[in-house]
Amino acid sequence: MNWHKLLERHSMLLVVGILAMVSVGGIVEIAPLFYLESTIEEVDGVRPYSPLELAGRDIYIREGCYTCHSQMIRPLRDEVERYGHYSLAAESMYDHPFQWGSRRIGPDLARVGGKYSDEWHRDHMRDPQSVVPESIMPAYPFLERRELNAGDIAANLTALRMTGVPYTDEMIAAAAEDLVAQADPFGGGAVQDRYPGAVVRDFDGDPTRVTELDAMIAYLQVLGTMVDFGTYVPEDNTR
Amino acid sequence: MTDQKEIDDHSGVETTQHVWDGIKELNNPLPRWWLWIFYATVIWSVIYWIFMPAWPLVSSYTPGLRGHSDRANVAQDLVEMYAERAAYAVRLNEASLEQIRSTPELLEFAIAAGDAAFGENCAPCHGRGAQGAPGYPNLNDDIWLWGGSLDEIAYTIRYGIRNENTSSHFSQMPAYGADGILTQTEIDDVTEYVISLSGGDANAAMARRGAGIYAEQCAACHGPTGGGDRLFGAPNLADREWLYGGDRETIRATIADSRFGVMPPWEDRLDPATLRALAVWVHERGGGED
Repeated sequence: MNWHKLLERHSMLLVVGILAMVSVGGIVEIAPLFYLESTIEEVDGVRPYSPLELAGRDIYIREGCYTCHSQMIRPLRDEVERYGHYSLAAESMYDHPFQWGSRRIGPDLARVGGKYSDEWHRDHMRDPQSVVPESIMPAYPFLERRELNAGDIAANLTALRMTGVPYTDEMIAAAAEDLVAQADPFGGGAVQDRYPGAVVRDFDGDPTRVTELDAMIAYLQVLGTMVDFGTYVPEDNTR
Repeated sequence: MTDQKEIDDHSGVETTQHVWDGIKELNNPLPRWWLWIFYATVIWSVIYWIFMPAWPLVSSYTPGLRGHSDRANVAQDLVEMYAERAAYAVRLNEASLEQIRSTPELLEFAIAAGDAAFGENCAPCHGRGAQGAPGYPNLNDDIWLWGGSLDEIAYTIRYGIRNENTSSHFSQMPAYGADGILTQTEIDDVTEYVISLSGGDANAAMARRGAGIYAEQCAACHGPTGGGDRLFGAPNLADREWLYGGDRETIRATIADSRFGVMPPWEDRLDPATLRALAVWVHERGGGED
């Protein structure tokens, strides 16, 4: 029997053969990641994004920030020196899709949260060269002018829950009000109960309304801040 | 077609017996060089399996003879890096900031380390030359909002200004317009008085009216003659140096809406030796106080 000839002349057999062959790669490379204990790392502190942070993340994606900024500090000495502790897989476990990126035309943003003041972010979005003259980043002055359109925020949370992000019914029901409350310096309590450690304040300098800039800065200010590296023991997770 | 081999008449090479439009495909063997490279990659992959982490097992994976781990490697690299710097870092941490300043060798190290850390962490706000920008103080001059001695600079770097850190410097100027403390006319008058404090071109009549309001509302922090008070990070208003701008509109906006400049705390982001090196670097820019 000539196998080559047999496969070549029966297209369905060829399709089955191709699928079997290709799936070997997936089974060997991907499937083990779901059950190998040594590749699954649980880290304290990582929580789902609050509605405002999530809306900011959507703007981050909409504006294509990921084309120039990575969010992935690799385990290399120079990167750890510059940006801080290397990124953990668990830190992007609720990112769908993750924003690791692949190019660094601008600096890595995995730990930019808390590194600069809100005011700096405002100046920087309005006109990047006003604070960093050598920057080639384009300006995003419209973010502070545009009211945040997040009417679908509850649906957004619901969709993410389907992918495995543990949003509760309560979180989804309160999504719209949490979104507004987080940008209100006096709106705190409930948001922080639902999203521990969430920063509640007026991010864009205009307390009268919630703009896209509010969401963007809220997102940038939470990046890399969820895990407390003062208590994280890397040796427990060395692999 | 048959299972027999078919040899092409013209080239003498076996055909695949596939025919398109009367043209038959020749079944030439793969080039030798290509084939050898292919075999070499197969052999390489076996060597790789032996030495490097490769095959998934039930609860773990084959670690390979080298036991390679990126995380263990970076941890080791960092240990070596800190060991290399330890000679200076330990002395930076143990010496008083004043001793660092007076020991040329330590000072040189602190300046170099401080310069590198400043470029990455501080320059986005204060500028690469520490020249500052509207809202972000110039660190080269001798004007200090919260104090310009080595220890005071070190404190400000460590804990920052008006942030969530419980040790951070904190003060808040009222928004005299936005919070309805003063009327628009009163704000105009105080603006003129503030301009007059540094000898600016102010409307004398308005400034006279503003003086009374200043004494009541502003003098507690900024001082009776506008000298400022570092206890509150209240800027000197009489020195013709302005953090946000000294033109009439900017001064008026500052009084009406207030300012709330924030500096992040750096104690959790940078190691102690780097924090101290930065303090020395800033102090040595030229305006450091004793």
